[in-house]
Amino acid sequence: MNDEVVAAVARAHRRDWAQVFSTTAHLTRDLDLAEECTQDAFAQALETWAETGIPDRPGAWLTTIARNRARDVLRRESVFRRKMPLLVADDTVPGPEDGLVDDRLRLIFTCSHPALSRETQVALTLRLVCGLSTPEVARAFLVQPATMAARITRAKKKIAAARIPYRVPGPDQLEERVGAVLDVVHLIFTTGHTAPIGAHLVRQDMVDSAISLARMLHLLMPTDAEISALLALLLLNASRQATRMSADGRLVLLSEQDRSRWDRQLIVEGQALLTDALRRRPPTRYALEAAIAAVHAEAPTWQDTDWSEIIGLYDALFRLWPSPVVDLNRAVAIGLRDGPRAGLDALTPLLDDPALATYGYLSAARGDFLRQLRQWPQAVTAYEEALTLTDNDVERAFLSERLTDVRRHLR
Amino acid sequence: MAKYMVLIYGDAQQWDAMTDEQWKAHDAAHAAFAAKAGSQIIDGQQLELAPTATSLRLGALGQVTTTDGPFLETKEALGGYYLLEAADLDEVLSLATLLPEVHASHSGVEIRPVVDHG
Repeated sequence: MNDEVVAAVARAHRRDWAQVFSTTAHLTRDLDLAEECTQDAFAQALETWAETGIPDRPGAWLTTIARNRARDVLRRESVFRRKMPLLVADDTVPGPEDGLVDDRLRLIFTCSHPALSRETQVALTLRLVCGLSTPEVARAFLVQPATMAARITRAKKKIAAARIPYRVPGPDQLEERVGAVLDVVHLIFTTGHTAPIGAHLVRQDMVDSAISLARMLHLLMPTDAEISALLALLLLNASRQATRMSADGRLVLLSEQDRSRWDRQLIVEGQALLTDALRRRPPTRYALEAAIAAVHAEAPTWQDTDWSEIIGLYDALFRLWPSPVVDLNRAVAIGLRDGPRAGLDALTPLLDDPALATYGYLSAARGDFLRQLRQWPQAVTAYEEALTLTDNDVERAFLSERLTDVRRHLR
Repeated sequence: MAKYMVLIYGDAQQWDAMTDEQWKAHDAAHAAFAAKAGSQIIDGQQLELAPTATSLRLGALGQVTTTDGPFLETKEALGGYYLLEAADLDEVLSLATLLPEVHASHSGVEIRPVVDHG
């Protein structure tokens, strides 16, 4: 029974935290108090559910407990609290869809408000929307828990003092604000999908948080094409999760992955979301990235990959979002279609781009083309460079192996 | 309702170099801002530029010292301000976006909430 209760509380934490916290925050208009009451509700669930059984609707149960607790505190401390800056929650402003606005949406937009730095937006979203503990958020940022706690406290103070509203922005600001929210979700996903540092290739908690955020957004704003596109992108990338590492923990490249083990359900769902997004509006950045992921997902084998289609999509993506990383991926795709010599030529202009000077994937891509051209000394240099620029242990192991391999040809 | 100070910063040389035509457009934009903000503007002034500033601070010997010039020597100097009343930051952001300084590359505004002592 006890294990069952622990599992049920953990499940509710994953699924219902945002709902419990956001509705409590709407009542308290004080993020700290809402956090306290939400945590208390989950703690109480562990005790009460063990005695009375798991309720049919755990989220509703937790919300009631958290809000009752908040009301008690507010009654007791009403005089003191009246002096504190409160969260501005204006119910008279209608949301993007008619009718009731979900408090989760208010919370998400508050956490990603442009008056907060991107790092702070991500930290607040992980803590307040996803319910990760402060040490867990600190780990995602590779900082000390005390540093993260201070950053989150500062952010909550700013939200109250500058009166960043607890509200879904009006139509004139909505598109820009949705864009910021999606960038936060995307950043959480990419941080988890290939962890920039550490022993693990994938940080599963980040990946899960990002996907559940994107699902939540899609549920709350189902007609927003950019949200559908981002969710499609995340699902299509996540569909390959199980095959990106071998049983003994080594990196498996896209070309070597066992495609029969890709998650078909996620692929189908991603394709449908992407189709829907493309029907609603001209392709956006995330729609194009999702389309590229879909081309890979649809190729029965690596050899069957439609590289011309992928290059065309990268061209379109570069026009919308001219990032050197897009340029790099396009150059690699050219090499995969036209051969290593063409790939190397396409990469050459990027060597002077300062934005890519410390980007390990550029060196690794060059190393791979040079290896195929049997230019061993240059390949060694490229892989050595890639190694010094990579801090993920799994990726480092892969690059070391390649390096040993090309070195063997030197004499 | 809360109060916000909107501090307008910019490069004085660029302001000095503006033609009469440009000033006319600039003033019109401020008028449009004022029309939109209406009674939410508690106060707003253009300031004489930094070379006219005088600063007071404690000197090395513990005496108050008067110096010629702004408190902080920066390329972008304080050029003016508005004190606004608004329901929340979003309201201030959408009003302040109308200010012409926000649309020139050398200038911009900083928005600071005013402490409410109740």
